[in-house]
Amino acid sequence: MHPLIGQLLGAGPVITDGAWGTQLQARGLALGEFPDAWNLSHPDRVAEVAAAYVAAGSRIILTNTFGANRLRLGDHGAADQVRQLNQAGVKLSRQAAEGRARVFASIGPTGKMLLSGDVSEEEMAAAFAEQARALAEAGADGLVVETMADLQEATLAVKAAVETGLPVVACMVFDSGKAKDRTLMGNTPEQAAEALAAAGAEVIGANCGQGIAGFEPICRRLKAATDRPIWIKANAGLPRMVEGRPHYDTTPEEFAGHIPALIEAGASFVGGCCGTSPAFIAAVCRVLAARP
Amino acid sequence: MTDLKKLYEAVVNGDAKAAHAITQQALAEGVDPLVLVNQHMIPAMDEVGRRFEASEYFVPELLIAARAMKSALDLIRPLLVARGDKPVGRVAIGTVKGDLHDIGKNLVASLLEGGGFEVIDLGVNVPPEKFIETVREKQANIVAMSALLTTTMPAMKTTIDALKQAGVRNQVKVLVGGAPITEKYAEEIGADGYSENAVGAVALAKKVVAA
Repeated sequence: MHPLIGQLLGAGPVITDGAWGTQLQARGLALGEFPDAWNLSHPDRVAEVAAAYVAAGSRIILTNTFGANRLRLGDHGAADQVRQLNQAGVKLSRQAAEGRARVFASIGPTGKMLLSGDVSEEEMAAAFAEQARALAEAGADGLVVETMADLQEATLAVKAAVETGLPVVACMVFDSGKAKDRTLMGNTPEQAAEALAAAGAEVIGANCGQGIAGFEPICRRLKAATDRPIWIKANAGLPRMVEGRPHYDTTPEEFAGHIPALIEAGASFVGGCCGTSPAFIAAVCRVLAARP
Repeated sequence: MTDLKKLYEAVVNGDAKAAHAITQQALAEGVDPLVLVNQHMIPAMDEVGRRFEASEYFVPELLIAARAMKSALDLIRPLLVARGDKPVGRVAIGTVKGDLHDIGKNLVASLLEGGGFEVIDLGVNVPPEKFIETVREKQANIVAMSALLTTTMPAMKTTIDALKQAGVRNQVKVLVGGAPITEKYAEEIGADGYSENAVGAVALAKKVVAA
């Protein structure tokens, strides 16, 4: 185990952060606007989100760099900004953390599909390597490969991230199939755990895709399939639109109420994904503090 | 005579080479192209859909089956066009304005082609005007919109409203899909249908053109 992961787990379950996109929208990010661009255009507001999670009790915060890989930035005409956007993202989270939280930098999917030939494995691996290097150079404590739907893509990202020497978290979306326990490409939690651990991930998990109630069986299966600690970041349910804006029905208290069961199912790192906010993290902190 | 059962199997198993070769041979032997499509290939895609619903197939199997279907259709379509047969329907498909995520849209487009539709793929980040123009100029009778993000899904409503304003809303059926979309949302914005997945989208498209 990487010493930092061991150190973090020494004090019990680790509370991570919640969603960033919805928090940025609350601060003026327009619908459809590319969130990562705000690291340079609105750094103060990105820093506010990071600080809000630290204040709520997150011991690990992520970065606003989910989409900042060359392939995705290319769609926004910003392929030459990989380094700047990622480094600014880490800097903003680090400043907000002020040593009170660790910064694990976010690496999301490229948005391209290997299977359909949109992109080659080499191009994808190079894009992840470039992003991972920029994040590591800016002083991230760890890297989180997240929201992956394709195990092959996730494996390429993990391998690239591991090259930096930082501890790497790898988590995928399980929301396909009748039991909502497969990735989009049909992989099981067991297959994902095995492949991601073999690629060098220190921590393995699941995020996004479905509401928190669906995560417990997935968490249990991941835990049984690997000796690596488990990372879970669930959505606050599926959104419905209220006056043109997405609204999530799960309340912070309901969400936090599921956390003890997730920890019992083997989760060591817990936080939220789409629709969650600092209020959710604060509620999770209260629930965990009240545990015997 | 070519064993046409093999065409069915080639599509179900996603063997594009075999699907192409069997089709070529059957056509050379004078088999009616519509027989190939209706009696062998469409039942094969139905079986692929059934396996997907049953969680026996996932996206990779869908994609290769659609590819096999397409390799056969590439031979058949020119023949159908030449003798004046019409496609099941003409679909203008794209991700809505502001949304650049096209994996789901591409999958739906290939399965629609496999289902006998003519697909006009407008790509990503498609403004409402582009959908309107395609309905007007290409006589699309289905508009299919995809959005992956909660932040871009409101553009579906904007597009439907724009179709109304342009006076073409009643010429088309509007179908929507994407991770954050729900049946309820589809109803709220005045769409004609919603599907949770790509297989369901084809069935839905067939249903709305038949209605």
